Amino acid sequence: MTEPLPDAAAEHLLRELAPQALGTVVRRFRDFAAAEDAVQEAMLAAFTQWPREGVPENPRGWLIQVASRRMTDQVRGEIARRERETAVARDAETVAPAGEIESGMDMDPDDTLILLFLCCHPALTSSSAIALTLRAVGGLTTAEIARAFLVPEATMAQRISRAKQSIKASGVPFCMLSPAERAERLPAVLHVLYLIFNEGYASSIGARLQRLDLAREAIRLTRCAKALLPDDAEVAGLLALMLLTDARRAARTGPDEELIPLDKQDRTLWDRAEICEGTGLLTAALSKGSVGPYQLQAAIAAVHDEAARAEDTDWPQILALYELLKRVSPGPMATLNHAIATAMVHGPARGLELLTTLDSDGRFAEHHRLDAVRAHLLEMLGDDESAGRHYRIAAGRTASIPERNYLMAQAARLAEGARGGG
Amino acid sequence: MKYILMMNIPQAGYGFFGAWSQRDIAANIAFVKGMNRALSESGEFVAAEGLAMPDQAKAVRAGKDGAPITDGVFPESKEFLAGYLMVDVESAQRAYEIAAMWSAAPGPGGLPLNMPIEVRQVMSGGAGELL
Repeated sequence: MTEPLPDAAAEHLLRELAPQALGTVVRRFRDFAAAEDAVQEAMLAAFTQWPREGVPENPRGWLIQVASRRMTDQVRGEIARRERETAVARDAETVAPAGEIESGMDMDPDDTLILLFLCCHPALTSSSAIALTLRAVGGLTTAEIARAFLVPEATMAQRISRAKQSIKASGVPFCMLSPAERAERLPAVLHVLYLIFNEGYASSIGARLQRLDLAREAIRLTRCAKALLPDDAEVAGLLALMLLTDARRAARTGPDEELIPLDKQDRTLWDRAEICEGTGLLTAALSKGSVGPYQLQAAIAAVHDEAARAEDTDWPQILALYELLKRVSPGPMATLNHAIATAMVHGPARGLELLTTLDSDGRFAEHHRLDAVRAHLLEMLGDDESAGRHYRIAAGRTASIPERNYLMAQAARLAEGARGGG
Repeated sequence: MKYILMMNIPQAGYGFFGAWSQRDIAANIAFVKGMNRALSESGEFVAAEGLAMPDQAKAVRAGKDGAPITDGVFPESKEFLAGYLMVDVESAQRAYEIAAMWSAAPGPGGLPLNMPIEVRQVMSGGAGELL
């Protein structure tokens, strides 16, 4: 054993090692679901033991050995599943010294990547894929994931367990996908990472302090994916998008956690290091030639981030990027954002005209974002009365409390302006 | 997406429940317990509570000095919240399915009660990017 590490450092190391250890154990025992449980138990043992007693000389080997013992125990049927979870901390005391632990020669650097594709399996619902990815690849505990999504731990444990059953039922072997399969499945993987980021980015400061910082976790996982797929421009594009968006986090809420829109943010609070890294990644990705939706969204974020003041924003460039995005990845959100950019370049009337195409778009016609944008453009046009009405409709349709508060405040501001102006 | 499912019972319904046979009461309780267990196993359960009978319920408001002024429940109230169930599901449709399942809980003679369940989305503290 080496010197004890501070908790945070031990935790960081553990999370890096978790998918590597899992890959080895899966390959050895050929049972992903059981191996994933065993590694989680080894992680819990390490969480209690390493900060107190020091990190073993071969930490990965230690995890593999503890997890393998769990697997063997399970195969022998010596300990029932539920008992193991409580017994693991105690049993970990008896782990052999580092010298006896195998060197982990059967470890494959691609294991983390195989796991990522497995956890983001198309057979899973997004909430299941998110939970499983955070646990198996992110090395987080069930309790941490449950807290992050505000559900009971037992519910989260079941969600993860069912996700693993679905994967098992689908019969995918634990091996690297062919390049063609990988290309086909990559968008689903990136989407899961994007959803994890969004969940964290959207949460209020208070929630981030009390729960796990999912945005940071998503960035860490995407960094890891980028290291494993260095030639993929969309992985780099997604990482750039996350960094360029995350850079604005400190500025997007006020002291009472009220939302501050982009044009009202204190830009001196933006994180320059993140902007710099994001822009660098994006530039390198764009030079590879195949431009995808994440690179385009990152490029739009970069144009916003480059403007020292809101009025310096290069809207014609943003408009051109949204036109490209609409072609590459059409959808109501792309149309909506394209309408905003159009309004900023050619005036609100042109933007409002584009919005009418969304009114006949089934479910999106009732989306609060459509009313919020319409309200904003109507206000630009000077029609405060209609703008106020649409702000209120949007407030009634959103499921987010901070958004509702913001939208109600806009409606109230317009109403007071009308009264104040006589 | 989280949804709260609320079962409202007419005030008269409480007396009605007391008139059930032991067997019917046991069947109803077993059904609700089984449903909650199934929801936990499907990874959708968040919380469930039953509320005490409305006999002792109070309507409270702050007086001028901020002290509570309690009142009996309003006689004109037709319905009371009997209990709620909160679930975390993939879609509104799934929340409706669960509500229908709860609505069909067995009543006297094991027949489905078909109580109306009010389904409302729970707001989140998070927010996407604005404009």
